[in-house]
Amino acid sequence: MSAAPTRAALEDFLYAEAALLDDWRLEEWFALFTPGAVYEVPTAGAPDDDDPTRSLFYIADDYVRLRERVIRLGKKEAHAEFPHSRTRRMISNVRILGTDGDIVRVACNLVCYRAKNGKVDTYFGHCLYAIDASGPDLRIAAKRVLLDMDLLYPGKVSIIL
Amino acid sequence: MTLLDPALRPPLAGARTGLVMEDQERFLFRVARKAFTEDGVLEWERRGIFDRCWLYLGHTSEIVENGDFLTRSVGGREMVFNRDRGGAVHAFLNTCPHRGATLVREPRGNSISFQCFYHGWAFNVNGRFASRYAEGNYGEDHYSGGCADLTPAPRLEHYRGFYFINFDRNAESLSDYLGGAKEYIDIVADHGEDGMEIVGGDQSYFINANWKLLAENSVDGFHGLPTHSTYFDYLQAVGDIKLGDVGNTFRGGAVDLGNGHAVIEYPSPWGRPVARWTPAWGEDKRELIEAGRARLIQAHGQERGTRMAELSRNMIIFPNLVINDIMAVTVRTFQPLAPDRMAVSAWALGVKGEDERVRALRLFNFLEFLGPGGLATPDDVEALESCQRGYRNLREAPWNDISKGMPRGANARTDDEEQMRCFWREWDRRVAEGAKA
Repeated sequence: MSAAPTRAALEDFLYAEAALLDDWRLEEWFALFTPGAVYEVPTAGAPDDDDPTRSLFYIADDYVRLRERVIRLGKKEAHAEFPHSRTRRMISNVRILGTDGDIVRVACNLVCYRAKNGKVDTYFGHCLYAIDASGPDLRIAAKRVLLDMDLLYPGKVSIIL
Repeated sequence: MTLLDPALRPPLAGARTGLVMEDQERFLFRVARKAFTEDGVLEWERRGIFDRCWLYLGHTSEIVENGDFLTRSVGGREMVFNRDRGGAVHAFLNTCPHRGATLVREPRGNSISFQCFYHGWAFNVNGRFASRYAEGNYGEDHYSGGCADLTPAPRLEHYRGFYFINFDRNAESLSDYLGGAKEYIDIVADHGEDGMEIVGGDQSYFINANWKLLAENSVDGFHGLPTHSTYFDYLQAVGDIKLGDVGNTFRGGAVDLGNGHAVIEYPSPWGRPVARWTPAWGEDKRELIEAGRARLIQAHGQERGTRMAELSRNMIIFPNLVINDIMAVTVRTFQPLAPDRMAVSAWALGVKGEDERVRALRLFNFLEFLGPGGLATPDDVEALESCQRGYRNLREAPWNDISKGMPRGANARTDDEEQMRCFWREWDRRVAEGAKA
């Protein structure tokens, strides 16, 4: 194992990830994930440790379904995101929660604005990451976005948060 | 086709609304787009439909323990749905009889009493006033006459664990109201030997569209392939189906269940965790799912058991309850907030006591299509909102067409629009009544 990444290095990584999503470079974004990674969005207000095998989520993608989600969003038949909405993500309050071998557990806050059809949606919440630091580049082994809203006012999570 | 008075005057006694036009000779069925946009129509709907029809409140499994409660908006009212200390189920209007404050302010919980935070009036969970003030504050009737008790929904009944309320004290029984829909509720309720339960939480979200657009969409077999092509691409990519199979599926029928209720039942390409294994789930799950299938056939016979296992069903129970038994079972209800906005609540229904691997698969499969983050529902939301925007053009383009399959008469197919015509005929009748009231 190489030296544990610094918070600055992790912040750079999360900012770069957010930029790929804002720019709709979704295949490059998907390449940040390790095979077997998961991407999850529990329902608004759910506890951090909610379990998708027992609770209804909005999104609980395994690696295969995440790949398919990315492929789908590249098609104009993904009607909710055609034409693509305009988005901007704010990442802050980055904290290293702990390490487990090569895996660094990282938390951050997220605000994501999405504009489409004359309406602005705001998603706010916090993210929990498992970052794989074993290789030359940081990779995502798990990403969970916990929305801190009481209800899903935008009506859908058609973008990747 | 100039049925519409611009001022939307209430129709004459005995007339329909003028917003639904059916011509059996020309096979034309049209609905005025004003039905989706006018405040006045929503007011008629509140009087003719939401004040008169049986409205879904919740499932018995959501309030399992004595003292369990939850709060929910139904038909424009704020409700408390709870089980009292003796196990009896209640539906109360969530307002303090004293001065009106919202009594229960948590979404769910367990309590032996309710107390209003404003002045402190307290109630047993059976609705009885439970405060005792010193003599001279209130007359004796105040305690014994019921005038300080919580106000219940005028009617509360259930069928197979699905609880409904009605704000019309003189309404027909729930059983009569459900009519032919009971057979299809039974099919879902019979998935489990020990019944069914709502699984882990709800999806609550908003759509900027008229509530009737979701009633139509939830049982619309016609939109499946055009709107959800990317979902079918997904099924093919993960190994569920081969190219070309999709066009041969959905060849089922539509059934008028009476009172505005309708269902489509059809063979479908996706896996069904209850009893239909699909290669995408892997060989290791095959035995587990096929055991579920064998259990259904043993319990319900070859014909009904196979039907329960194999076929998918989308059902609308008038006006705003959907039970879709598809790649998972979802229960969905929606409330109008304005002509162009609704609140949606959706749940996953699972077999009580099912193997945890089936439960996990059920939830995973639910999310491949359903809900605000699924690979399909967001496109439905987009379609509904785009219809609502399209209705801005209604002065020049005033009518929706819902005629598909009319020449087939009673042999309507899944991808026809007969199930929506059932909804609209009942809507027309009830809204005309509401407009007269």
